[in-house]
Amino acid sequence: MPQSLTPWFLVIQRLGIALLTLVIVSFAVFFATELLPGDVAEILLGQAATPEAVAGLREAMGLNEPALSRFVGWLVGLLGGDLGTSYVNKMEVVELISGRLGNSLKLAGVTTLVSVPIALALGIGAAMWRGSLFDRIVSVLTISVISVPEFMVATLAVLIFAVWLGWLPALSYGADVSSLSAMLKAYAMPVITLSFVVSAQMIRMTRAAVIETINTPYVEMALLKGASRKRMVLGHALPNALGPIANAVALSLSYLVGGVIIVETIFNYPGVAKLMVDAVSTRDLPLIQSCAMIFCVSYLSLITLADMIAILSNPRLRR
Amino acid sequence: MMAEVTTTTAKDTPKRKGPGYRFNWVGKIGLAIILFWAVVAVVGPWLAPHPPGEIVDWDYFGPVTKDFWMGTDYLGRDIFSRILMGARYTVGIALAAVTLACTLGVILGMVAAVAGGWFDMILSRLLDAFNGIPSLLFGLVVVAAVGSSIPVLVLTLAAIYMPGAYRFARALAVNVNTMDFVTVARARGEGTPYLILREIFPNILGPVLADLGLRFVFIVLVLSGLSFLGLGVQPPNADWGALVRENIEGLSLGAPAVIFPSVAIASLTISVNMFIDNLPTKIRDRSE
Repeated sequence: MPQSLTPWFLVIQRLGIALLTLVIVSFAVFFATELLPGDVAEILLGQAATPEAVAGLREAMGLNEPALSRFVGWLVGLLGGDLGTSYVNKMEVVELISGRLGNSLKLAGVTTLVSVPIALALGIGAAMWRGSLFDRIVSVLTISVISVPEFMVATLAVLIFAVWLGWLPALSYGADVSSLSAMLKAYAMPVITLSFVVSAQMIRMTRAAVIETINTPYVEMALLKGASRKRMVLGHALPNALGPIANAVALSLSYLVGGVIIVETIFNYPGVAKLMVDAVSTRDLPLIQSCAMIFCVSYLSLITLADMIAILSNPRLRR
Repeated sequence: MMAEVTTTTAKDTPKRKGPGYRFNWVGKIGLAIILFWAVVAVVGPWLAPHPPGEIVDWDYFGPVTKDFWMGTDYLGRDIFSRILMGARYTVGIALAAVTLACTLGVILGMVAAVAGGWFDMILSRLLDAFNGIPSLLFGLVVVAAVGSSIPVLVLTLAAIYMPGAYRFARALAVNVNTMDFVTVARARGEGTPYLILREIFPNILGPVLADLGLRFVFIVLVLSGLSFLGLGVQPPNADWGALVRENIEGLSLGAPAVIFPSVAIASLTISVNMFIDNLPTKIRDRSE
């Protein structure tokens, strides 16, 4: 095989692993929700669960078939866009999710737009002035944000911006997005909270990536020949750190998946995560399965993307 | 980073067991706070000035007063007593889960490293796949399926963090496994259990303990998150995450009932981080 094809071979291999992982994950999700809770028919019928009714419903729902064939059927339905029907209100799961998915993506998108530039600037700055007061403040802040739960970041944001400063509404999500200022206010709190959570990770990883490049001999050479610190970092180190930085960005964005669950709940934001948390409290299993798969797929794709960037940006593999 | 660690240990070696085991003051503060919460988790209920489950104040979301050191909650219960009681759930569940996860992960990791071959490959692939599920989501799905109780929480949290412990221990064990003293022991005809317990385990113990501390922090965070969503410890009992959830309505009033449980969580997780980051190099790295 020609050397130039090696990275692409690795990328395809990584994609294969991701697909395999996805199958195992969907297997786990399906079996956790279908087999662990006991008899679905009994749960559905509740008070009216006479033996005859349960037997009839089991037959009607196809629950008597072996588990493996039900899993395959579910997976095929999932691929074809048939997510099943909600147990609770008998609506199509696709219908329930479609509107909510847009809201969640909007939240994630705005957070990405806000947090990536800020995080990169702070991370590269901290690496450039390593050991300075600025670097130490950034380090302490990021460590603090990482080691407290997401809901605490949200709580603090509400305390500061809504209670003490009084700039933004506290916990309500105004459905009214008629004017620009109303829309800004509705998005502000969730976006601020999520940005803090995601940026903290991103800043740390970016700083580490740039520092690793600064420690290489060729950057030291640039320093020795008299380049300024700014030129040394931005001109010499940064181009080679771009791959690891892009990897760090994709990896940190996967923290959105966990963060969004807490943030949508606390701010009552009508997204997929809120839908899922509500579905958990009503034990609406088809809805939970579909939402869980959406989160797993986004999480897996971000991690896989990060790995592929790392492979493709490694010049040692391209030679 | 490895290079950094090795050089410091090399510098310390001639002094023999002296400063290598000493903690700096940041690590000592961290350790002190951890020990404080550990003691509270055991004796907390006897220290509580009011019964944690009883309504003692007619006002809800009361402020900090002489009687109620941290205010009162949405029903007028004493927050200070409830935090002391909550320490038992948060620290206890997290400790049980992290012990289970790391014991299982480290044993499997060492066995996989020594055994190698298809056992290692299949186990590693399978556990890597579990890393592809976001941790909070994993908890949500299991709680949705089987309902929430303390044993379920401990097992779920252990299952979420076992693959990471496995991966970490396996990577360390693979390195140790190729070292000369292990080869010698194998040539001597020692069996696998001996290799794992007497040759490999003592040499990976330090880093594994540091990893256990980090994992403890993650578990406290996920447990608090689940409880905050109402899916963790169930009322009338409450861990710190559940205390924040119960009193979240008081947030717009700036009630102390929301702030102090959050501070309790942060003090625990940050102090564990402080402790781990400042562990003596002798414990973190035994390669010298």
